[in-house]
Amino acid sequence: MPNVIPEQERQELASRTIRGRVAIVGVGETVYYKHGQAPEPEVKLALQAILAACADAGLDPRAIDGFASYSNDRNDPSRLAAALGIPELRFSNMQWGGGGGGGSAAVGNAAAAIAAGYADCVVVFRALAQGQFQRFGAAPPAATASGEAALTFPYGLISPAQRFAMRVMRFMHDHGIGPDAQRAIALASYHHAQNNPRAVMHGRPLTPEAYDQSRWIVEPFRLFDCCMENDGAAALILVSAERARDMRQRPAYLLGVAQGSEYRNAARGHNAPTYASSSFTTVAPHLYAMAGVTPKDVSVVQSYENFTGGVLMSLVEHDFFTAEEANEFLTLDNLSAPNGRLPLNTSGGNLAECYMHGLELQIEAVRQLRGQSTNPVPGARVAMVISGPMVTPVSSMLVGTEDVL
Amino acid sequence: MSAPAYYLPAGMPRPVPEPDGLDAPFWEGTRAGELRVQRCRACRGWQWGPEWICHRCLAFDLEWTAVEPRGKIYSWERAWHPVHPALRGHAPYVVVLVELPHAGNVRMVGNLLGDPEQAVQIDAPVEAVFEAHDDATLPFTLVHWRTRR
Repeated sequence: MPNVIPEQERQELASRTIRGRVAIVGVGETVYYKHGQAPEPEVKLALQAILAACADAGLDPRAIDGFASYSNDRNDPSRLAAALGIPELRFSNMQWGGGGGGGSAAVGNAAAAIAAGYADCVVVFRALAQGQFQRFGAAPPAATASGEAALTFPYGLISPAQRFAMRVMRFMHDHGIGPDAQRAIALASYHHAQNNPRAVMHGRPLTPEAYDQSRWIVEPFRLFDCCMENDGAAALILVSAERARDMRQRPAYLLGVAQGSEYRNAARGHNAPTYASSSFTTVAPHLYAMAGVTPKDVSVVQSYENFTGGVLMSLVEHDFFTAEEANEFLTLDNLSAPNGRLPLNTSGGNLAECYMHGLELQIEAVRQLRGQSTNPVPGARVAMVISGPMVTPVSSMLVGTEDVL
Repeated sequence: MSAPAYYLPAGMPRPVPEPDGLDAPFWEGTRAGELRVQRCRACRGWQWGPEWICHRCLAFDLEWTAVEPRGKIYSWERAWHPVHPALRGHAPYVVVLVELPHAGNVRMVGNLLGDPEQAVQIDAPVEAVFEAHDDATLPFTLVHWRTRR
């Protein structure tokens, strides 16, 4: 169960928080492509997404003075700054480890740099053309495995789906959760993608029957429990709250960001003590404490689907319902915009919009607060993004409209 | 002479000890038919996976102890999609995570021998089966598991 944040830390946060001090003022993305179908090189996609975010913000790209990304993005800020003719580079930041778990952390790192005065205008970006480089879902062709991989690869435990299936299997066993819970999460993403022309799966609806008949990838994950592999790029522009108020778009203020993982989460060979977890049991309480909101205040959630079981555990660990309530709570009706109890992945997410390594989720959270989503949740004031469950470190964030501050 | 029958097909990545020697005693142990786990000489705590320092008492004083190669299934998965070229046409197969209650509840990853479509029960008792790959250029031994009756 989530930890409780001591009162002393809650009080300290008031003076050390980024809450309300930084806002996302621009969002942008390239066309989203199926894996291997991007007609442009990856670095060009990165530049296109950054320019799109600047255009959305009404901002001269030369105003950017900082870059933040995650998962060892191949597109180095110094190259991007040179390419864009940035007059002065002041902040260059990479979130260590965790793959897609770094998405919200990268936003948090950018916000911290602005709050601390390291930079004034930071772009958070991710460019990923899996068709041009090694795919995440296929094994590298190496003949040997060493370290952590030596304990797993020779047994056919190699891909991300295989790495995480046993965590979900144990969680579902411990709490008596059935396959319909995972199915509802997949159906919600596909349902929302049908209204989103950007979505790779736009025009490709998913029925419960098609889900049930889809092939196993690795039990307990069927094909539709697993994210796509795509090509594209996405970017967000962050500035101080003061500056944000004069800009073109309605600002999405950072309420809180938290990153990390539990005690010995990375103990090798699947020895994390808190094994049946999405790695958020210690992170989520910090997020809520910083943001000063409760789960009931959250209007809409974007929760990274590497695999639907990861979303299931993420939502439990962010306290939207208990594990014992999961079978009952997780239905397509409850997860659908506009009127569901907890509208989830309203752009289609990693399953059906685009696997932009999760950064499309931050963009959708911002669009919800602006009323620009293709599946709007009326009156959305607080939006959550949960990044990369089951890895370490993970991260999550909350953004809100001005009246929440 | 026919090729020995292994649980997974030839061509899977083979384990090699790390260049800094951290896990070499584990892999040497498997060659001798032993399941070796780290144990701290200072606090007697068990530790797995391997690390240079004891996470409990921070002593750099870990020994390698052979433990009884028995345990119970902590979790499992049945893999169908071939993510490695060697696995094409071989689906499914079962991976298990085995907990060793007599060694601080450390866990070991391996394959569960037997019918790959068998029903798998969490908490079922299992014992290790050492699968020696003596025909490899650099011979190695994997540790699999089978249900104990």
